[in-house]
Amino acid sequence: MSTISIENLRYTWPGSDLPALDIAGFRIDQAETVFLRGASGSGKSTLLGLLAGTLTAQSGSLQILGTELASLSPRKRDRFRADHIGIVFQQFNLIPFLTVAGNLRLAARFSGKGRRYIGDQSAHLLESLNLDPALLQRRADRLSVGQQQRVAIARALINEPELLLADEPTSALDADARDAFMSLLMSIRNISNCTMIFASHDRSLAKYFDTEVELATLNAAQAREPDLV
Amino acid sequence: MFELAFSSLWSRRGSVLLTLASLTISMAIVIGVEHVRAQAESSFVRTVSGVDLLVGARTSQINLLLYSVFRIGNATNNISWQSYEDISARPEVSWSIPFSLGDSHRGYRVLGTTARYFEHFRYGDSEALRFSEGQPFTQVLHAVLGSEVANALDYAVGQEIVLSHGIGNTSFVNHENLPFTVSGILAPTGTPVDRTIHVSLQGVEAIHLGWQNGVQVAALSPGRDDPRLAELQPTQITALLLGLETPMAVFGLQRAINNYPREPLTAILPAVALGELWQIIGTLESLLSVISILVLTASLLGLSTMLLSSLRERRRELALYRAIGARPLFILWIIELEALSLTVMAAAMGYLVVTAGFAVTQSWLSENFALVIEVWPSTPGIWLYMGGAIAASVLLTLIPAGIAYSRSLGHALQSS
Repeated sequence: MSTISIENLRYTWPGSDLPALDIAGFRIDQAETVFLRGASGSGKSTLLGLLAGTLTAQSGSLQILGTELASLSPRKRDRFRADHIGIVFQQFNLIPFLTVAGNLRLAARFSGKGRRYIGDQSAHLLESLNLDPALLQRRADRLSVGQQQRVAIARALINEPELLLADEPTSALDADARDAFMSLLMSIRNISNCTMIFASHDRSLAKYFDTEVELATLNAAQAREPDLV
Repeated sequence: MFELAFSSLWSRRGSVLLTLASLTISMAIVIGVEHVRAQAESSFVRTVSGVDLLVGARTSQINLLLYSVFRIGNATNNISWQSYEDISARPEVSWSIPFSLGDSHRGYRVLGTTARYFEHFRYGDSEALRFSEGQPFTQVLHAVLGSEVANALDYAVGQEIVLSHGIGNTSFVNHENLPFTVSGILAPTGTPVDRTIHVSLQGVEAIHLGWQNGVQVAALSPGRDDPRLAELQPTQITALLLGLETPMAVFGLQRAINNYPREPLTAILPAVALGELWQIIGTLESLLSVISILVLTASLLGLSTMLLSSLRERRRELALYRAIGARPLFILWIIELEALSLTVMAAAMGYLVVTAGFAVTQSWLSENFALVIEVWPSTPGIWLYMGGAIAASVLLTLIPAGIAYSRSLGHALQSS
């Protein structure tokens, strides 16, 4: 079974005449790691929004783990995201005024996991990410950028998702930190063996992945997606 | 969720604390105004209690109340001693207290009455008059002072005072040949009793002995040891208070007195008349309440404004909640919860500010203004205002919370 299966998927932003995303067909197998290359405006944010279920397409089919996202109620879609999809962004991955532990607890809360599960899981996750478990009690905005990005991985993986979405997670890091981050990310993914989509415009990162996809060739849409800044 | 709301508020503590201060002040104003209003009303309406009927010469209900209870203005006419005895002798009447008004001492009214007054007169929650010093008058030339009179004029038991005929501070006609001795001083009551000098009915008659057509005739004026003093018999009084055997008889007796054949009289129910009078003078307090509610509304709008302007800096935070699985309703709740915690804190702190304020000023207020105010506000109106403010904050916060909610409905994962 594919983790992701897309057919004739089309999304038009409100107020726009032309679709920003138009994908005829696209599949990602279970445990596959995909490097999704695309400049800003190429439809990357739109696709990630659709995959996460915060956007719903006007037509076509998008199945994740065999579930048609558009057929779920908004409430179930949010729960589906909490349970099955982990997300790491370029920056602002953590609620700044909460501690690291608070951030992990919050993520687990949306998936209905208990406190004890989190206690066991989070120290373990931090260790495998080369982070001192003592950081759990530190406020997120007191961490370095590199530490924040690693905690972001822990946050994304705390609910043991089947799909990990990473959106330019390395662009806020310098070259050394970037390589260290990539090898950590790949090794921890190997342990959980989840499917991963890694969106970036940085070609040099493609070597870490099974498959490389150029979004511009996948996306037949003419319109650029709106500037979301 | 509370942890989240509090951490979030704390992370924006600059604007949050200012908003909290403004909310606390307006809460304190609302609670304070309502508390003073309720206390003023209840002490006003209970200026006289336990008295079933108040009788005077034929006049309006309010006028009778003003001159007999509040000692404002003058009686239009007097009641003859004969009528007083007739009414007191009726079987429904349990006790009666005569009032004779018309003289003063340095601006304070003199009330001629009997010793029964100290026994039967009640104010507030049926509280009896208490003596802070001394005892009731036992002789014709004894006087009992209200607490404010004693305080303001610095009088003590045993002191001799001279009463004037007529009212007013600078009366030209002082009854200097008959000084009264202070026999007792009453404890503060927060009623006009505090501003009254009480003497016996014979005392009032004594002052007027030897006066003819408003001029003192030296030959007729008594000295202190004049034997005529002991035999003085009052001929008329100004008003009388009645306590009945059974409250059921009140309306029957009221009708009988109003139709009294020998002279035109008016009998009123003090509680009803006091309530009516409060309706007239209570308007000012309604105005104060309205102003305090407007102040509170302005503060609540400020809270809503603060939350609305915080949405911009919180854009990414709110988007992140959604990305990790929060429902849009969670966004709405988190903002509502922040507003709710601030308003509840402000209500609690405002309440404590008012309580602390009255705890500190209570004795000062009662000594200087005869305002007896309970420290802990607990009238239903206060709970209503606090609950109303909290409900209003929830409603007004629907503006920023609703905006955040609708923004979080269909957006991309993160706008970086």
